[in-house]
Amino acid sequence: MSRAALTQLAGPVALVVATGVVGSFTSRATEIYFLSALISVAIVVSVYVFVGNSGVLSFGQISFVALGAFFAGVMTIPLESKQGVLPDLYPVLRDHTVGDLASLVGAAIVGAVFALAVGLPLMRLSGLAAGIATFAVLEITHNLLREWTKIGPGATTLSLVPETTGLLRATLGTLVVVAVALAYQRSRFGRTLRATREDPLAAQAVGINVHRQRLWAFALSGALGGLAGALYVHMLGSITADQVYLELTFLSLAMLVVGGTTSLLGAVVGALAISGLDSFLSEAEQGVTLAGGTLDLPQGARLVIVGVVMAAMLILRPSGLTGGREVGLGWLRRQGRNA
Amino acid sequence: MIGAISAQTLVDAVGQGAIYALMAVGIGLVFGVLRLVNFAYGQLIMAGAYALAFASQHDWPVWAGIVLCFAVVLALSALMELAVFRPLRTQSPAVMLVTTFAVAFLLQAAALLIDVNDGTLGETATSIASLNQAITIWGVDVRKITLVAIVVAAITLALLALLLGRTSLGLQLRAASSDFHTARLLGVRAGLVIGAAVLLAGLLAATVAVMLTVQNPFVQYDFALKETIVVLVGVVVGGIDRLWTATLGGFLIGFASGVINGALPTDKTVFLPSVLFALVIVVLLARPAGLFTRSGTSLVERV
Repeated sequence: MSRAALTQLAGPVALVVATGVVGSFTSRATEIYFLSALISVAIVVSVYVFVGNSGVLSFGQISFVALGAFFAGVMTIPLESKQGVLPDLYPVLRDHTVGDLASLVGAAIVGAVFALAVGLPLMRLSGLAAGIATFAVLEITHNLLREWTKIGPGATTLSLVPETTGLLRATLGTLVVVAVALAYQRSRFGRTLRATREDPLAAQAVGINVHRQRLWAFALSGALGGLAGALYVHMLGSITADQVYLELTFLSLAMLVVGGTTSLLGAVVGALAISGLDSFLSEAEQGVTLAGGTLDLPQGARLVIVGVVMAAMLILRPSGLTGGREVGLGWLRRQGRNA
Repeated sequence: MIGAISAQTLVDAVGQGAIYALMAVGIGLVFGVLRLVNFAYGQLIMAGAYALAFASQHDWPVWAGIVLCFAVVLALSALMELAVFRPLRTQSPAVMLVTTFAVAFLLQAAALLIDVNDGTLGETATSIASLNQAITIWGVDVRKITLVAIVVAAITLALLALLLGRTSLGLQLRAASSDFHTARLLGVRAGLVIGAAVLLAGLLAATVAVMLTVQNPFVQYDFALKETIVVLVGVVVGGIDRLWTATLGGFLIGFASGVINGALPTDKTVFLPSVLFALVIVVLLARPAGLFTRSGTSLVERV
């Protein structure tokens, strides 16, 4: 890896590692905030790999997270209880159980295959048509996961999933997602796709196959989304189809745009900023002591404040907190010269 | 199949289609001048429904509740235009769309805050529910609100057609929708057309709020959310670039879901969303610019 790549990787990696390390010094009760912040980073980066690099707005990315989460969950429930709680499953799912590391890899593969299959026709679309078509994918995935008892728990909660995503594994998993995302965006494929984002006509004119480039990114983001979903379900221990649906879709897109849609650093910063704010406010709803005074918010105020902050940031700084730029050696040198 | 669909189902489906068509017009009008898909449109309707519930709980007369509903929705529309749409006018469509998500999220959270702090989840607006009674015409039970919805939608669409086709403001709106820059160069004032579109959309949202609240007087923070999403899909499938294709798309998706829900028993409809959304994908792949758009007239292309 070149020095430029290493310095661009430094910012996101430092943020992820810092979140993990700080989290390990806190009590059991607050550790969950750091865990969910790390998972948010993984999910938002998986969305970024497609949406950020291609410039095509997709509402379907969370369906890969959902699929990964349900696959990893169903495959790791201990055999002796699985036949009891999920009797309707296809025999191949019902009679086999894998280790939780294997389930992470499996979820990534399932996510990639699903994204590839769905993307093959859909990646021909652009603009609003692409937005609504990918949204249709989210609806179909949710509908199937919620109703089809041969592949999952149906309308009930999927529970008894081993809770194996601790801080260490969440940090390592998120680092893998971040590193893969950076490696992709600096590769020939990533640069080609970013060229199609800036000017699709010019890109086609120099011989780039826009459909194929978007498809690679979609499949990769499906793999990362599946992995993030698997980490997520192993953190929660139980999940319903509604937890990986509309709200998560909107929240992760908002995190991406707040951070800055076109940079990996933006995805990481946006996810950490919004989930940090959210965690702080949910503590404040219980009452926290801050700078000598006590802050005690009424129940429900958390979501209002998160909404106000998101809307205000988008209105006042539409290019995001990072302005959509990576921070690397070149950027640091320029700052040094200007100072 | 047709034999299984009763006249009852058809009437209800037309009523639902009429309401969805009005929402489609509201979304389409704003999209025309701003190139902005306003996802928070459903929350305008929700705010109107809360206003109706508030009036009902304080024993206001029905007309006063409806006036309050219109006042709240119009004020909120104006606020949205000033605080959100205006600063973002020059941004990319993606940023604008995601900002309206954030606004929708914010308004829902505010509604949830009201719900949590008064101790009951959801409010009821009982005073206008009398419109929900049925009258029998030729053996078909027609709820009064269905008739009201169909008549109001027809009148509103006719008035809107007159406004767009016969007045100077309408001409300016159409000009701005087809090419905003050229329209401005020719003397159309941006603030005027955008303000007019946003207020018209607000009027439609308030109308829809009244009709949806009559049908479902139990008002919660996610009121009209599902409807908005379905209408958005219908609008894009119909063709969002032109108002009448968008309206037709909204009507059709409302009518179709009404017919299917009425004709099939509940246990057969669990996978219905999958089938419908698969159809949406097929239509978009075949005609990305919209089902009713003439080919070759749109800039939307496949790669």
